[in-house]
Amino acid sequence: MVNRRSFARAIIAAGALAFAAGALVSAPAHAAKPLKIGFSMALTGGLAGAGKAALIAMEIWREDVNKKGGILGRPVEFVYYDDATQPAKVPGIYTKLLNVDKVDLVVSSYGTNEIAPAMPIVMRKKLVFPSLFGLAVNDEFNYDRYFQIMPAGPEPKTDWSKGFFELAAEQNPKPKTVAIVSADSEFTLNAAAGARQNAKSGGFIIVYDKTYPMSTTDYSPIVRAIEAANADIVFVASYPPQSVGMVKAAREVGLKAKMFGGAMVGLQFAAIQKNLGPALNNIINYDFWVPEPTLNFPGVKEFLARYQEAAKGKGVDPLGHYLPPYAYAYLQVLEQAINATKGLDQGKLAAHMHKATFKTVVGDVKFAKNGEWATSRTLQVQFRDVKPNDMAQFSGPGKRIVLYPKAWKSGDIVYPFNQ
Amino acid sequence: MLKTRADKIFWAVLAAVFLGGLALTELVANEYYYTAIYAILQATIMAVAWNILGGFTGYVNFGSAAFFAIGAYTAVALDKWLGLPLPFLIAASAAVCGLMGLGVGYLTLRLKGVYFAIATLAMAIVLETFVTNWEYVGAARGVYILTPEKVPFFRSYIQLLFVVMLALTLGSIAISRALNSSRIGRGLAAIRDDEVAAECAGVPTLRLKLISTTVMGAMMGVAGAPYPFFVTFVDPLSAFNLFVAVNAIAMPMIGGTAHWIGPVIGALVIGGAQEAITVTISSELNVLVVGLMLVLFITLAPQGIVGLVQKWMKRRKR
Amino acid sequence: MDLFVNAIVAGILLGAFYAAVSVGLSISFGQLDIVNIAHPAFVIVGSYIAWILNSRYGLDPVLVGVLAAPIFFIVGALIYRIYYAAFERTGQESLSGLAFFFGVMFIIEVVLILVYGVDYRLVSAGYLSKNVDLGFVGLPLRLVVPFLVASAMTGAVWLYLSRTFTGRAILAVAQDRLALQLMGADPVRIKQFAFGLAIATTAIAGALLIMIGPVEPSLGRVYIGRAFAIVVLGGMGSIPGMVIAALLIGVLESLVSSFAGPSWAPAVAFGALLITLAVRPSGLFGRA
Repeated sequence: MVNRRSFARAIIAAGALAFAAGALVSAPAHAAKPLKIGFSMALTGGLAGAGKAALIAMEIWREDVNKKGGILGRPVEFVYYDDATQPAKVPGIYTKLLNVDKVDLVVSSYGTNEIAPAMPIVMRKKLVFPSLFGLAVNDEFNYDRYFQIMPAGPEPKTDWSKGFFELAAEQNPKPKTVAIVSADSEFTLNAAAGARQNAKSGGFIIVYDKTYPMSTTDYSPIVRAIEAANADIVFVASYPPQSVGMVKAAREVGLKAKMFGGAMVGLQFAAIQKNLGPALNNIINYDFWVPEPTLNFPGVKEFLARYQEAAKGKGVDPLGHYLPPYAYAYLQVLEQAINATKGLDQGKLAAHMHKATFKTVVGDVKFAKNGEWATSRTLQVQFRDVKPNDMAQFSGPGKRIVLYPKAWKSGDIVYPFNQ
Repeated sequence: MLKTRADKIFWAVLAAVFLGGLALTELVANEYYYTAIYAILQATIMAVAWNILGGFTGYVNFGSAAFFAIGAYTAVALDKWLGLPLPFLIAASAAVCGLMGLGVGYLTLRLKGVYFAIATLAMAIVLETFVTNWEYVGAARGVYILTPEKVPFFRSYIQLLFVVMLALTLGSIAISRALNSSRIGRGLAAIRDDEVAAECAGVPTLRLKLISTTVMGAMMGVAGAPYPFFVTFVDPLSAFNLFVAVNAIAMPMIGGTAHWIGPVIGALVIGGAQEAITVTISSELNVLVVGLMLVLFITLAPQGIVGLVQKWMKRRKR
Repeated sequence: MDLFVNAIVAGILLGAFYAAVSVGLSISFGQLDIVNIAHPAFVIVGSYIAWILNSRYGLDPVLVGVLAAPIFFIVGALIYRIYYAAFERTGQESLSGLAFFFGVMFIIEVVLILVYGVDYRLVSAGYLSKNVDLGFVGLPLRLVVPFLVASAMTGAVWLYLSRTFTGRAILAVAQDRLALQLMGADPVRIKQFAFGLAIATTAIAGALLIMIGPVEPSLGRVYIGRAFAIVVLGGMGSIPGMVIAALLIGVLESLVSSFAGPSWAPAVAFGALLITLAVRPSGLFGRA
């Protein structure tokens, strides 16, 4: 008796539940199951600064898309895990994303070391792989569904410093000697290798060419050795702590080079800019976006305002000029490709991404055959009129003048460096 | 070989685990489990290897990451140079790192206690600098290893790596157990308790120490050899990762260092927890949990899990 | 020649800073046999405190370091209590202690990340961008001030250890515990005090570190190898030996950077350590 009654009750309860669930599901008209985008991101460890900033930008994108009603009518969801800046964790994360979480799409983590380990897994599933700031990863894999958002250009290694050496060659009298100095790490060594090539083809003589360990504390012996080599141009490839050390040492030693800069990561970040202050003046360094009028793409200002709001108190770059717009854009590309092909067919998506031009917050994006940007937009910017201890000055134009490429130029070079 | 009942049980379990692993590749296609287990197995070999020196003789090796990385880079270099198949690469890595271990063994002649630990740390940094400047294997730029898409007998490359790693792990455990429970093991324990006394009592301390450092080195090399094929991109920074060294020390400590099963348990518990936490609790908490676990375990149960169990069993007997 | 003199001077400035990082370790590891691998992590905490007070209230980083030292002292003493209760009393110290401090290091790192994020942090002070020119060498105050502070701190610690009763008791604790007990001093209290002192030095060393360059939570790992190498090279607990070892490593790194490839600097410095250990295992000024 008891059994039967409770059984009946259970049936009624289940029916009610099913009804309620049905009502919930059908409430937003045809809201299908969410579209899941999976990725790993460096949220701890060495690259966490960039990884966390990227995640903030990506979350702004998700908010925007869902406000518009999602993609293909499906709300967008992220599934992501912290790779702790350890490449060894990446394969596990992507196989989990694809085989257990069953995400619909994947995008990459930040940086070459974290992108490469995901490649074989993504390739086996033949998925489109939008990637975030990997340097020439696809040179090895030749994967035709790899799309890299960093505007390094079709030949990333040499395009990186092409502008730097072209600017040098234009000066009168033409500088003759070059010093190339690089930190011992994947990106910096590749940048230095590209610089070496550009220096040779530009007819410069390399008088100093050394690498130094990432753990260096004092950079003045290196700068003095460069000074002793009498280099006209000094090309530095470095990560943030070394960039700060090199700039400070160059100023303290009174380096007499005529051009100084190149591939210094870190000089794009507001905290470091503020601290270095006037020591930055006249340095010519690569960048990807600066608040100059020539680069005022539709939507980028609004995006940055929201990023800056979201970044408060998170301990990430407060201005977010360098990476976040691109982290937003690589998802925009994916979104536009899905909307254009009206589906998730990876082959069609890849085909579309190869031929279309995408309108994003970082301007028009068009991919070359190898998945890099079809034309390089590695900017060479020169620091100008920087005042001490003032972060706000960098949020407006006039402090980082674009010298190269010509299409985006916003001012003329100040030469030589040490005035 | 099968002298006692314990022996029989041990080998039966080993065989069962291996066959179970093989069966798994037939039954389960989901690649995630293989990548996750691979990481745990790698940690297990490292922990077992570390314990052969650290647990059995009391010499603390700070430089585990160096053996691991040299194993990985030996595989990379030979793969690039001769294109040898994986088993040969593993054997070569074992040989190279075994020799390295032998060299470290001679260090113990002069260096005791913390001096030895610091020497291994220094050795790791020196070796890292060499690899960082070694152009042939990509220097600090790192090197890509492309893995074949199809492999015979298995559904995917990761399954193959998983089975290889499983076999290597079981082999390491068997060697560790053999060392622990043989005459050699008793000699090693004597060194741990009092090296001078052991020497006086006629224990060939140097030979025993050389055996254990060589075996340790070879095993760590073996753990490192398949790593390039697992991640497909290796650079010195990630190969000489501090985490490799930390885990190799922490896992035996948590499992219990005196018994051969200690590091295995520690690796399964910590490695499993790390894998699980990576994909459940995102971001920093992951590292925090591992740190807290380590501190709590070490303070509250200094003999490790094995010690806890032994204590509990003793109490029950009473 | 000019380059050579400059390299030596830069090496000495750098070496003095290394000494500031290592002096605490020389006490905890060298004298007390506590393998405090988290020592550099405490240095980073010191850097963060200097950064917070400097960026909020414009306080001078050195001043902050000095002010924070007593708090660090208390924290150190507390950690020693835990360490003693868990390991030393049971005779488990060397191995378990090592793992314990590994854990402490991770906890410090992650808590810093959780609270302050992972961005690079720097301090500003008017004098940091100035130079003193002595004609043949130019000295940046960014390195000279840490040099002076480091020398003062190391000197003070050394004087304290060699001249005061407690200081000598600390030295005695490492050498002859029994004699100390007979003298009526409580070795645990002495060791607690010494460990507190060791951690207190990291507050100042951290302030110096952030004056020299930008700091992020996991930067401490870079200094683990160096600091331990310096303590061992100097002969475990001998403060003058540690200073000479620090200067030696600093000058070696600087010379290699100037004349060979900077890339080889760590191999040369640690190679020197390996050779020293092989030839004279007790370090340059070993107590053994």
